[in-house]
Amino acid sequence: MQLRPLAICAIVFFTAGLAIASFANFREFIPGLLQGAWITVQITIGGCIVAVIAALLAAIAKMYGPAPLRWLAVAYIELFRGTSALVQLFWLFFVLPHFGIVLEPMSVAIAALGLNVGAYGAEVVRGAITAVPRGQWEASVALNMPRKLALRRIILPQAFAAMIPPWGNLFIELLKATALVSLITISDLAFKAQQMNQTTFRTVEIFSIVLVMYLAISIVITVGMRTLETFAARGMARGR
Amino acid sequence: MTTPMVKFDNVTKRYGSLTVLDSLNLEIAANEKVAIIGPSGSGKTTVLRMLMTLERINDGVIHVDGEPMTHMERNGALVPADERHLRRVRGNIGMVFQHFNLFPHMSALKNCMEAPIHVLGMPRREAEERAAELLDMVGLGDKKNHYPSQLSGGQQQRVAIARALAMRPKVMLFDEVTSALDPELVGEVLQVIRKLAKEHSLTMLMVTHQMGFAREFADRVCFFHSGKIAEQGAPDKIFNDPQEERTRQFLSAVLEAG
Repeated sequence: MQLRPLAICAIVFFTAGLAIASFANFREFIPGLLQGAWITVQITIGGCIVAVIAALLAAIAKMYGPAPLRWLAVAYIELFRGTSALVQLFWLFFVLPHFGIVLEPMSVAIAALGLNVGAYGAEVVRGAITAVPRGQWEASVALNMPRKLALRRIILPQAFAAMIPPWGNLFIELLKATALVSLITISDLAFKAQQMNQTTFRTVEIFSIVLVMYLAISIVITVGMRTLETFAARGMARGR
Repeated sequence: MTTPMVKFDNVTKRYGSLTVLDSLNLEIAANEKVAIIGPSGSGKTTVLRMLMTLERINDGVIHVDGEPMTHMERNGALVPADERHLRRVRGNIGMVFQHFNLFPHMSALKNCMEAPIHVLGMPRREAEERAAELLDMVGLGDKKNHYPSQLSGGQQQRVAIARALAMRPKVMLFDEVTSALDPELVGEVLQVIRKLAKEHSLTMLMVTHQMGFAREFADRVCFFHSGKIAEQGAPDKIFNDPQEERTRQFLSAVLEAG
């Protein structure tokens, strides 16, 4: 039982020792990497917003929309879940210009990653809506609410609370996927790291700092989502 | 004779090959209090759910306040009602559920304001005043800002009654409203229903297992068995002098259980 904490301590001290030993002038890398991290944060935030909007629209269209909208939603979800994020990124960036549509690299990054994660999110949203007890719909009918009103005021607010934890996972997935955007000319955190590494060969310092920066951003996401969860669950036990 | 407030005209409900209600004919006068009793699976809850439009009917027509609800007239013929027609007629009916079904993300007061504001288009101020009045009436004036999870089952059910009343229905449906409650909380809910029956001119339909309450509260008791009304009449008649063997069996079984 005592082995695990010991092992963890050993690893931490070993890594830290190694780092301190070789981190003589690690500070010099920080400003450049922070620039990259800022780009990464922007893409993550933008992508998350796109993902949530796309997921909500797709899920609601798939569940309650008229036939053509339903098909469109299914097509979107399957297309973006069934192909790789990298190919989607390349498609929007390198293929669309052949059809006369030229987009900023940042817009492409936000759109592609957002739509990709949104496709997974649509299933999260659908699951959360389905999980709201039937009695809530029935009470809405008994109060003579139109379906749309019931969905907006009664069902979705309850579904939101249930969908926050899985969204936390998806947001972190999105953060990690942003490393792909270095391949469409954006100098995000991963790109900056590569670039610095090629000119200085200080691999240990650079990639250790990068690791910590990604971890820091994902911890911010985790803490944020947990706060949101407590907030959403306030005063609300489980409904029937 | 005056038009009945609710009229089931040869209504049949099937789930697949199972017939839950078999050509039901039932008329309920305005302001009448009807208790529906019977063994489980006899279709008694289905009667309320069809009237609330939570279940579609397979055959027959339900009329509310002299107007067909499940159907509407078009070119002189009755066709199945569309959503607009349903919504208009459904506004006459309110329902209280076995499991309360309060909105857990809203305070007691907001629960009672939501539909008046967004469905009836009542000004916020007025809706709030009315909701507070109704919560006072069910004895929860001091719990207005509590969320459902902070209330006991009996209190939640009283909020649910206030919420239904806020829509000013002409007909109130009570579906086993005390069945999910701890025994010591049943009394407070029945007390509210008693008060309602006395002070408001409401048509009330109640599915219940509380025979004592049915007897005191109802003008008429309907005993359901296998999707049909096996026997109906004044409470005294049904409870003291049942004519049908099935009624006798059911009552002795229920009364024995206490």
